[in-house]
Amino acid sequence: MMINVSEWVWLNEHDSCTAEHLLEVSGLSPEEFDELVEIGVISPIESKPGIRRFQLNHVVTATTARRLRDDFELDLHGMALAMTLMQRIDMLQQELVAARARLPAGR
Amino acid sequence: MKYKDYYQTLGVERTATADDIKKAYRKLAHQFHPDVSKDPGGEEKFKEIAEAYSTLKNPDKRQEYDALAQRPAGQSFTPPPEWQHQSGADEASFDDVDISDFLNAFRPGGGAGGATRGTHRPMPGSDYSVNVSVSLESIHSGSEIEVSVDIPEYDSEYDLPHRVPRTFRITVPKGAKEGQRLRLAGKGGPGTRSGQPGDLYIILAIAPHARYRLSGRDLFFDLDLAPWEAALGASIEVPTLGGKVQLEVKPGTSSGQRLRLSRRGLPSSQGEAGHLYAVTRIVMPKKISDTERKLYEQLAAVSNSNVREPGQEKKQ
Repeated sequence: MMINVSEWVWLNEHDSCTAEHLLEVSGLSPEEFDELVEIGVISPIESKPGIRRFQLNHVVTATTARRLRDDFELDLHGMALAMTLMQRIDMLQQELVAARARLPAGR
Repeated sequence: MKYKDYYQTLGVERTATADDIKKAYRKLAHQFHPDVSKDPGGEEKFKEIAEAYSTLKNPDKRQEYDALAQRPAGQSFTPPPEWQHQSGADEASFDDVDISDFLNAFRPGGGAGGATRGTHRPMPGSDYSVNVSVSLESIHSGSEIEVSVDIPEYDSEYDLPHRVPRTFRITVPKGAKEGQRLRLAGKGGPGTRSGQPGDLYIILAIAPHARYRLSGRDLFFDLDLAPWEAALGASIEVPTLGGKVQLEVKPGTSSGQRLRLSRRGLPSSQGEAGHLYAVTRIVMPKKISDTERKLYEQLAAVSNSNVREPGQEKKQ
């Protein structure tokens, strides 16, 4: 059976959402979410009293954090550390891919 | 129903303690977890490991599982009478039921509408994710793809979870990025006791391309030049994702130079575009004729260039 999907959302950096949305979708607790914001793994694009908005692709960051927490049975600080390291690895991998792309391919 | 050997999956004896099971799970999770491992088959393997651990770490589920006689993995077996009694279903209704879906549904901590024990609070459905490989061409111009995934659904008669194939037609937007995710809210596993259904995530992976290498939105490809093209310059027809264009190679071009074709890379969803870079590579023909050899000898004799020490004249 083919389903034409109408209710889908591309998780990109151009659209935004609230902290409540990220909490609901990811299953993180408010305390865990605030820790990720505190250490800079998730940064708000807008922060006014009572309103915080985040890039929509942070749905992926938040769900990854929850998955690592559950699958490795991590506490709050373990989860935050794992996410910081994963973010650094992602950045290094992107730089590696970019550097390889610039080099002529071997024959 | 097909038998799965959860002890074999975790690599432990059937007599393993809870601590042994946890240790085995953690070791395998470090090896195969999709967020940690680069093993291409890691995600599928981790699903099996997580499923085995989810059953064996729970004493009630483990007891229920252990009550099944051990048999080779994948062998069909008849569910025990108490399972049929709990669900009210006959033996044939279990044919395509996954053992883990049943244990999750009818044991504490999981849940289906027909649960007889455990929690009675609403349980949200599981999230599912599926990796889809797309070509550079399809994200350059945007495209439609079909994605198939097996998702459990509860039948209306016995409330048994059956895996049902679902195919979704998805529009991949122009300029989608590697690893970008599409969230299909409520299209994952069904919730139970009025719990919300889970979500389905589609993760895009850009397939390696025979010609282009991707860096952000920029594309790179190797442009092979004959020595005389590099020396004298040339106008060369090169393929781009948007069609062929003429590229002017300036006289005196060296290997490893990057010639930019502006805005011929990948577009972004905001209308901007990356660039396409031709990385030059001077290639000597494998065989040269006698005439060519003589011309090279003539060139060697008259040239004063010293490519190893620029600015210095060639030593005679």
